[in-house]
Amino acid sequence: MSQQIQVSGLDAYYGRHKAIEDISMTIEPNTITAFIGPSGCGKSTFLRTLNRMHEVIPGARVEGKVLLDGEDLYGPGVEPVSVRRMIGMVFQRPNPFPTMSIYENVAAGLRLNGRRSKSEVDGIVETSLKGANLWNEVKDRLGKPGAGLSGGQQQRLCIARAIAVRPEVLLMDEPCSALDPISTLAIEDLMAELKSQFTIIIVTHNMQQAARVSDRTAFFNLAGQGQPGRVIEMDETSRIFTNPSQKATEDYITGRFG
Amino acid sequence: MTTHTVQRVSTGRRLKDRLVQTLVYLAFAVAVIPLISVLWLVIKNGLARFDLDFLTHSMRGIGARDIGGGAYHAILGTLEQVLLASLISVPIGLLTAIYLVEYGRGGRLSRAISFFVDVMTGIPSVVAGLFVLAFWVLALGMPFSGFAGALALSILMMPTVVRSTEEMLLLVPGDLREASYALGVPKWRTIVKVVLPTALTGIVTGVMLAIARVAGETAPLMLTVFFTDSINSDPFNGPQMGLPLYVFDQARRPTDIAVDRAWTGALTLILIVMLLNLVARLIAWWRSPARGR
Repeated sequence: MSQQIQVSGLDAYYGRHKAIEDISMTIEPNTITAFIGPSGCGKSTFLRTLNRMHEVIPGARVEGKVLLDGEDLYGPGVEPVSVRRMIGMVFQRPNPFPTMSIYENVAAGLRLNGRRSKSEVDGIVETSLKGANLWNEVKDRLGKPGAGLSGGQQQRLCIARAIAVRPEVLLMDEPCSALDPISTLAIEDLMAELKSQFTIIIVTHNMQQAARVSDRTAFFNLAGQGQPGRVIEMDETSRIFTNPSQKATEDYITGRFG
Repeated sequence: MTTHTVQRVSTGRRLKDRLVQTLVYLAFAVAVIPLISVLWLVIKNGLARFDLDFLTHSMRGIGARDIGGGAYHAILGTLEQVLLASLISVPIGLLTAIYLVEYGRGGRLSRAISFFVDVMTGIPSVVAGLFVLAFWVLALGMPFSGFAGALALSILMMPTVVRSTEEMLLLVPGDLREASYALGVPKWRTIVKVVLPTALTGIVTGVMLAIARVAGETAPLMLTVFFTDSINSDPFNGPQMGLPLYVFDQARRPTDIAVDRAWTGALTLILIVMLLNLVARLIAWWRSPARGR
């Protein structure tokens, strides 16, 4: 069961530098939300605040609220580790664990968190690889190193690894920026399928991609040089790309700046 | 538009290329000559007495003029002392490096630790031996023993282990740590299951270099394990022998028979270090990810 995410008044800092300011939005379950905007405007930073990965960076901190089904992820006593089990993440560059085989990579989240029988893990590895549309390509070489796959396959392996721990939400930080068009298409198709089970949030620099895959789109921009990033506009994707209410959004998507 | 033509490499450049190439090969030869000549001398002189007798007998009751005798007591001592020194310094060194890279992150404490590790790297081996002599043997009243020698050796090993492990941990990409965190894996488990295995090969190499370095130390052993001609398999009690000490002891005796024993002792020491290296490489290769590709 996916759950609703409600963000209110969220600021994020790197040391004394405020990277994003006053972000509020609601993300409905089983939808795909795209974040677009020029580089350095805080899209990735905001994405990383949603599963408490932002604070992994030294000196980084967050103020504000992120509610997952009504519960504040930044509330007192909340374990970041348990948050990350509920909200999985796929990174810009494919990063399979180099010391592990394909099988071990997918099983990593389960194994590294202990327990579970061999047969159970086997089943989860198979369904996750099938879920990531990778099963047919790797089923005969599950014992081979994950780093031996092609870039696109590695990224799907990382998606399989992320969905193996059964998160509620899947965050994707420019998951296709290092991939060729065919691998990109494979991952976009995959996202459309995964939507039925997960809530997906994707950061992308590719406007066509945002238009193709997402239900809703948020446009991020800096208020000015050295100022924190903000959400300028968030709406149905079709609306954002045909009839945005803000001038800045229109300028950006029509390629007049950014 | 300018037209471009394919240029030929000028004679001057070709000559310079040749010159530099020759210099590089020469430098390589100069660097390798001492290594080869040392190996050659040790093998040539050491083979004379390199037999089963040498490997299985001690020097008990054998004088400088007597033939026979061996280094069994010294081999045993060296192995025990190096093992004990590794047991002390490798865990401490590994944990220190993990703290410096994964937790300290340039804080005041980690900068202080880094500084003192650098200082420790520069400690002459005699001083490490003197320190253990003064502290462990004289002040605490403990006997000369293999363990006292191991303490001195571990002081010398620790900074090497810390530095090389630190370098290797820094080489592990941050992406991998983040990938693991994002799966909901706690930090300590990420370090144990992801970071350390990724850096394993390099860490093993660093530890082996440290072991190779201390296995040949003579001065600290003289002050801490003392000398003996008999077999003493208990490293915690009474004087022991070590191969470097054995070489030193035999080489200063006035007969060719004793000097031959010294050469063979040196050969044995080199072989032990090489064997340890080989075993470590095998372990690292066996655990390495590239194997299945």
